[in-house]
Amino acid sequence: MANGSQTGQIGLRGWVYAGRFGLERYAYTLHRITGLGLLLYFLMHICVTSSRALGQAAWESVMGFLSHPIFRIGEFLVYVAFAYHALNGVRLILGELGLGLGNPVRPEYPYPIAHRRQRPLFLALMIISGILILAGGWDFFVTKH
Amino acid sequence: MCQRNEHSGQALSDEIVREVVFRVQRYSPGQDRPVTREYRVPVTRGMTVLDGLHYIRDNLDATLSYRFSCRMGVCGSCGMYINSFPRLACQTQILELNSDLVDVRPMPNYPVVKDLVPDLSQLFAKHREVQPFIIRNEQELEHPTAEFLQKPEELLRYLQFTYCIKCGLCLTACPTVATDPRYLGPQALAQSYRYCADTRDAGAEGRLRIAAGRDGVWRCHLAGACSEACPKGVDPALGIQLLKRLAVLRALSLKKPHSPAPVAGKRTGVERRPGIPQPPPPTVESR
Amino acid sequence: MREATLWTLHLAAGVVILVFLSIHMGIMHLEDVLTALGTGYRDALGWASVVMRNKQLYFTITYVILLAAALYHGLYGLRNILLELGPGPTAVRVIQGILILLGASLFVLGTIAAIAAYVR
Repeated sequence: MANGSQTGQIGLRGWVYAGRFGLERYAYTLHRITGLGLLLYFLMHICVTSSRALGQAAWESVMGFLSHPIFRIGEFLVYVAFAYHALNGVRLILGELGLGLGNPVRPEYPYPIAHRRQRPLFLALMIISGILILAGGWDFFVTKH
Repeated sequence: MCQRNEHSGQALSDEIVREVVFRVQRYSPGQDRPVTREYRVPVTRGMTVLDGLHYIRDNLDATLSYRFSCRMGVCGSCGMYINSFPRLACQTQILELNSDLVDVRPMPNYPVVKDLVPDLSQLFAKHREVQPFIIRNEQELEHPTAEFLQKPEELLRYLQFTYCIKCGLCLTACPTVATDPRYLGPQALAQSYRYCADTRDAGAEGRLRIAAGRDGVWRCHLAGACSEACPKGVDPALGIQLLKRLAVLRALSLKKPHSPAPVAGKRTGVERRPGIPQPPPPTVESR
Repeated sequence: MREATLWTLHLAAGVVILVFLSIHMGIMHLEDVLTALGTGYRDALGWASVVMRNKQLYFTITYVILLAAALYHGLYGLRNILLELGPGPTAVRVIQGILILLGASLFVLGTIAAIAAYVR
């Protein structure tokens, strides 16, 4: 139909943007992307680290191959994704169990929005995440070249 | 022709304070793709986007189709996508948009019937699917004798969710609805919680089987956009999270079903004060 | 209630990962920070320290727990994403079958490697 499909659904684009919404909707998008990235890395990581069972030579040849700068940067991205996904995940676990959202109230103008009550927690977690990323960056790029 | 607005003290008048361009998405059945048309609309103080559409239809283009009824945010007919946000056209002040361009499109995530008129039948079907009514296995519902007892604080547990006007704006905002046509969506799930949290109800188990199924609450990831879009302060995202909690507690057997609120008994030992008239006879035949 | 149980496990696995992966990430990527703070040991990826960890029962057990939790959490999350693309009933069954198979085989691989490295 008019919006492209029979159902008028926005499609995948709607996961990223569907209007001028608050931070949480973009946190959702980033949570998905980092989650997918972490999963992809993790599946490969299991196979790669299993090489330690084959002894020192196998381990060191794999590690030598992975010491290329491209993999180092990729590893740092995985670390960044972890720092975000873990701390945003703390907020989601609490929020999705209805903790920290408050109780239903009478809808009197200006209308309260429950997940906004969690904003301070969200911002605090993001600050911690930022500090962890900076610390990791120091470790990745300053003390080890 | 001059009224005084009691809240702001500003005069509401016919004076034109701004001219804006309405960019309206137009679509007629049979057309391949929608087109946009632009209309210049003079704006007076207090004019809503719906008023602007009326102006276009009355003065510029009589073929423009849009849906409205009450003009005061009660009926939920005029949900539209205005300047990149889902809003009720009747509750959106043009001057508050603070833009010379007013971009009006039909709500995304719905099929378009014509121009700005969406087909809401999916919304209503999902609403019906979650059993949005009081369920209890007794004659009292069919043949009422008295009211069910409920405390004010018990009312407050679900009151917020009763304000839903089924405008469907929340489904426009929801990222999951953008790709998953089977997801029940914020509107229906908030209503599911509304009845599960009602102390008069005894049907939470059957209702949860639907709402906590594969196409239910687990497709929500707290993006929260539905609550931001809701024009009535219903906060569907809160309802969904509380419903998740209820479903988890039930699944882990941490919360037993409550027995539904009792029927108010006959008052005994109380006498009517003198001078108070008798109530009218009941309209429903009691058995 | 099956979906409620799966989702609860997803959350529980998330908490387990938060604890153990934080330790893992701290050892692997914050070793210089931790050393500067007066703890930790150097060269986490060197063969000597890998062997040292492999030979500790604590690391072997937490490794298997983390492996199971992370596989479940990640693949359940992927199932969420795939189901939200709106596949038909047959496609849903195929997706779930593939994810279960993938998860089970990687769990077996990782566990065998951990045990083999422990007993070496």
